[in-house]
Amino acid sequence: MSAFFLTIFVPFFCRAVVQGVPLLFGATGEILTEKSGHLNLGIPGTMYMGAIGGVIGAFIYEQKVENLNPFLGIMIPLLFSLLFSGLMGLLYCFLTVTLRANQNVTGLALTTFGVGCGNFFGGSLIKITKADVPNVILTRTHNLFCKTLPFASKLGWFGEMVFSYSFLAYLSVIIAVIAAFVLNKTRVGLHLRAVGESPATADAAGINVDRYKYVSTIVGSMIAGLGGLYYIMDYACGVWSNDGFGDRGWLAVALVIFTLWRPALCIFGSFIFGGLYIIHNYLTQALHLSFASQELVQMTPYVVTILVLIAISLRKKRETQPPAHLGQNYFREER
Amino acid sequence: MENNQSNAPADAVSEAVIANEKAIHEPLFHVVKRDAMPWYKSWGIRIAAVVLAMLVVALFGFVLTKNDPIAIYRVMIDGAFGTENRIWSLLLDTALLLGVALAVTPAFKMRFWNIGAEGQVLMGGLICAACMLKLGDKMSTGLLLLVMVVASMLAGAIWGLIPAFFKAYWNANETLFTLMMNYIATSIVSCYCYIWSGGGSGRVGIINRKTKIGWLPNLGSHTQTLNIVIILVLTVILFIYLRYSKHGYEISVVGESENTARYIGINVKKVILRTMLLSGALCGLIGMLLVSGTNHTVATSTAGGRGFTAIMVSWLAKFNPLYMILTSFLIVFLQKGSKEISTIFGLNDAIGDIVSGIVIFFVIGSEFFINYKLMLRTKKSGKEEK
Amino acid sequence: MKEENPVSDPTKVTSNAPAIELRGITKTFGSVVANNNVNLLVNRGEILSILGENGSGKTTLMNMISGIYFPDKGQIFIDGQEVLIRSPKDAFKYRIGMIHQHFKLVDLFTATENIVLGLEDGRKYDLAAYGKEIAAICEQYGFVIDLNKKIYNMSVSEKQTVEIIKVLYRGADILILDEPTAVLTPQETETLFAVLRRMREAGKSIIIITHKLHEVLSISNRVSVLCKGQYIGTVNTAETNESELTEMMVGKKISLNIHRSEPKGVEDRLVVDNLRCVDREGLPVLKGISFTAKSGEILGIAGIAGSGQRELLEAIAGLQPLTEGTITYNNPTSGKAENLRDKTPTQIRELGVRLSFVPEDRLGMGLVGNMDIVDNMMLRSYRKGPLGFLNRKPPATLADTIISDLEVVTPSSKTPVRRLSGGNVQKVLVGREIASAPTVFMAAYPVRGLDINSSFTIYNLLNEQKEKGVAVIFVGEDLDVLLELCDRILVIGSGAVTGVVDARTVTKEQVGLLMTKTAQEGGTEDGE
Repeated sequence: MSAFFLTIFVPFFCRAVVQGVPLLFGATGEILTEKSGHLNLGIPGTMYMGAIGGVIGAFIYEQKVENLNPFLGIMIPLLFSLLFSGLMGLLYCFLTVTLRANQNVTGLALTTFGVGCGNFFGGSLIKITKADVPNVILTRTHNLFCKTLPFASKLGWFGEMVFSYSFLAYLSVIIAVIAAFVLNKTRVGLHLRAVGESPATADAAGINVDRYKYVSTIVGSMIAGLGGLYYIMDYACGVWSNDGFGDRGWLAVALVIFTLWRPALCIFGSFIFGGLYIIHNYLTQALHLSFASQELVQMTPYVVTILVLIAISLRKKRETQPPAHLGQNYFREER
Repeated sequence: MENNQSNAPADAVSEAVIANEKAIHEPLFHVVKRDAMPWYKSWGIRIAAVVLAMLVVALFGFVLTKNDPIAIYRVMIDGAFGTENRIWSLLLDTALLLGVALAVTPAFKMRFWNIGAEGQVLMGGLICAACMLKLGDKMSTGLLLLVMVVASMLAGAIWGLIPAFFKAYWNANETLFTLMMNYIATSIVSCYCYIWSGGGSGRVGIINRKTKIGWLPNLGSHTQTLNIVIILVLTVILFIYLRYSKHGYEISVVGESENTARYIGINVKKVILRTMLLSGALCGLIGMLLVSGTNHTVATSTAGGRGFTAIMVSWLAKFNPLYMILTSFLIVFLQKGSKEISTIFGLNDAIGDIVSGIVIFFVIGSEFFINYKLMLRTKKSGKEEK
Repeated sequence: MKEENPVSDPTKVTSNAPAIELRGITKTFGSVVANNNVNLLVNRGEILSILGENGSGKTTLMNMISGIYFPDKGQIFIDGQEVLIRSPKDAFKYRIGMIHQHFKLVDLFTATENIVLGLEDGRKYDLAAYGKEIAAICEQYGFVIDLNKKIYNMSVSEKQTVEIIKVLYRGADILILDEPTAVLTPQETETLFAVLRRMREAGKSIIIITHKLHEVLSISNRVSVLCKGQYIGTVNTAETNESELTEMMVGKKISLNIHRSEPKGVEDRLVVDNLRCVDREGLPVLKGISFTAKSGEILGIAGIAGSGQRELLEAIAGLQPLTEGTITYNNPTSGKAENLRDKTPTQIRELGVRLSFVPEDRLGMGLVGNMDIVDNMMLRSYRKGPLGFLNRKPPATLADTIISDLEVVTPSSKTPVRRLSGGNVQKVLVGREIASAPTVFMAAYPVRGLDINSSFTIYNLLNEQKEKGVAVIFVGEDLDVLLELCDRILVIGSGAVTGVVDARTVTKEQVGLLMTKTAQEGGTEDGE
């Protein structure tokens, strides 16, 4: 085993995975939503709300209790996170499905609103803690969330690459696998894909189009919200700072295209994106990059996504196109 | 009717009976598409939505600050109009937001979902800053300003043309494409910020602070006036362009139906490229106004989310440039007012995003009541017979 | 309910109750009354035809039975029980299956996936198992189809087969077919009818929507007629004939005596030679079409829908790229012959070619639905404005002229055309196309969906053009109209010319035969 592999590639891979997990959550959630024909540009705001939801839950619990019960310490932030992101999904659905509002406008407004709410709650909590730094620090909850498998360290580089992550990371992969299975191998998946491809057909076949849209969007939003939770509780070591989430939400939207609306591909795609997101740090060491060039390297995921977008439009293969009804609302009695 | 309601032999029929008894209620209401609504009604609904949203905002404010709505509104109005400076700042921000909204409108009218205004503005601003930094001492002020305008518009135009090209020729999804272009622009700007900051801080600082080379000149006593005037002129020009010019007509036709456009011999690809060129160039121009006329520096935050907010402004105004004056004013007023609330009551700045989010949700939602109507069901004779 | 409603008339047994009965059904869309107080009754083991012109409300009525729309007023009874059909799901519950005119299939799915779509039978989702059952049904009725083929690779008749299998697989007892024969060749129609008769023998109730009288007479037990959303009446097929049905359908007896003058000043205006083009998938659509359109005559184009008519007209109008062939226009003013191939509509106009085109898809291609009549008038002429600007005065005048001359029913010239009825939309479109004083006038299905009076308005306009020396090309679907209106008829099938006949001497059967002949050839080509 070469030194390069052990000292550079293994840590790089692990960090790429850690970077990729929030994207994987976000992209899996967005795929479910897009498969129902709704382009939810509110995903960044939703992930942000998922993050602040977790922070609020953890904050309340940490304030109330001296010694955290491990189960409650995880479940309370988790449920808060799901509640917050789920509500965002509900709001998006109410506007675009029931009231048939423009999806792009609603999505962008939702992102503004979600980021605003996140910063507002975050800012308020910071004020409550009266800390010197503009952060909410939830180390105890972080310690619960970042528990790794005990035998990881005994398996050398393999253990590090495969078993060194916290449970949410594995959950993200499991959810992506389940999503892929549901979409491709179940009746529900067949119906959901039909709703996104041709809602009129699905409707005529007796499928409750609105219900599928609601369920897939809300579930998708909740999954995306977990990405925010993972970011705060694991990646950011339980430290919330306003606007700390960066552009990960949009990167998740990009990942959906990059992986051609397939959750299983998303697993690998997320690691690639995670790697691209941090590769500049490694290149800096290897190639002595300046700060300026580092910034340029950061655009790689977006450039790659654009290339994929161009490639699929050039090939025009039916199976790799976005859901046919993506972005269009459905009204049964349209005439 | 009664006589054949009993003695159902076939399975299907008994199933039907059960189903019928379960299905006692008809849907309570159902939704139908409306015919055109007189303008005063549709605007009534929109205004009602804003009023309703403001009530929710007041409630929200009450929960947070325990102040009555009147006090909250007073603070908001004070925050927007309280001093002469505030009024100027309100007008300037309205104008800049309006400018970006104007820029995205031709594309949107063509149903080209350009959510890349942010990036186009940034690229315009970046090139403008480059001119100010690099050409400042090489030419006269007038020429420099001209070069800045042209170069910024060109930069924005190129940024808009790239996705337009792939949309026109291969139908690549423009929403996602333009979104990605934003982040590429951010990276490029960020890169140059490091280069120009010298020490590696990544902050450019005020460009030509002493010489004011490349700064947009003052019109009258205020720095903001020229920006506002330029954008107002632009509003009128764009209104005329969209309503009375051949290009504007072509944009509408392409937006409504590409087939019709092809049928009458409009070169759809050309119109898409030309319109995005215009849209991008206008974004670039606003980028230049932001750098040369307002901030006198460039950063990744130069566009400040206006590229996204502008979409809402444009959409809320039904893509009519004159209405956009109102909608952009509304949004900026809400932001300024909310900011004042957060200052006075010791909350944080993010409240502005929440308040404008609430208002936008209400207005977006209200469109439903303009386009559709709910029909309530009346009791039916079958039930009365029971 | 049973206790509350004892049998008051013991002679009436429920098994004799009609399979489905509608009473007083009314449905409106905005201000348009699509169905007004319609009654309908179908027994077990019979085929009912619903006859009516396009736009008479047949499809809307059927959509209410299948749960797509919900009626504003009225009652529906299944086997004598009043039911509420609020969604397609409810319709399935009552064993109602509908085969829509526009197929409701997901292009990206296979036949099997489409057939089981929406099924909630509580069984494991196992496509292979479902596939076997579906194959058994195919065998029973003699359908030949690859169940794993994706819909986007299928021909129209294959898609229809999938739709029918879908309904049969659900065990529907009441089948509704919305204009099933419109897209089929006569052979395919016969196969379909054989299937329908077999279903009738199996005790199923079938409602077939059509406006082809001979089909009505050959397949149905009874006929119900709708006219402009009103229920006219029901007759037994055995006791009726074509003229009685026509009378019911159009309200009053109108002879189809279309005026036809002798062609004058006949010259070759448009010479089309060996046109070939391919569709998006690269399959040939036009397979070497040649013909000549002459000034002062109407050239009819007959053929089964989708045989390449649209592509042919669009190719001439400069909208369809060709792989081979020439289009030569003999300019009557300059005497020059111009090749129009590979020219855009703008370039064609710049050559001084006055070509007018009424496309099949009026609101999707000929007009812009959301624009008012004035702005739609401007589509052809907007380039004439000063500098870069528009001049709305001439189109406004033209709009007013057309509204008064062609009796367009509209609140004003500022009304979006989307709000006009089909006939009025067509008058606006044809009026505009005629206004540019064309030398070649092409119209694709210009009377589709129009009432009889509007249709005659259009026929008269075409005749006027012919008398002015215009070369008129008329693509039609009603053979009677083609035979009475045109001078010559070009018959095409599967993208190739199968014959050019003199409309004055040819019989309907001969034209029909030519249409069929190609369909067979096309069939063998597909089979290779």
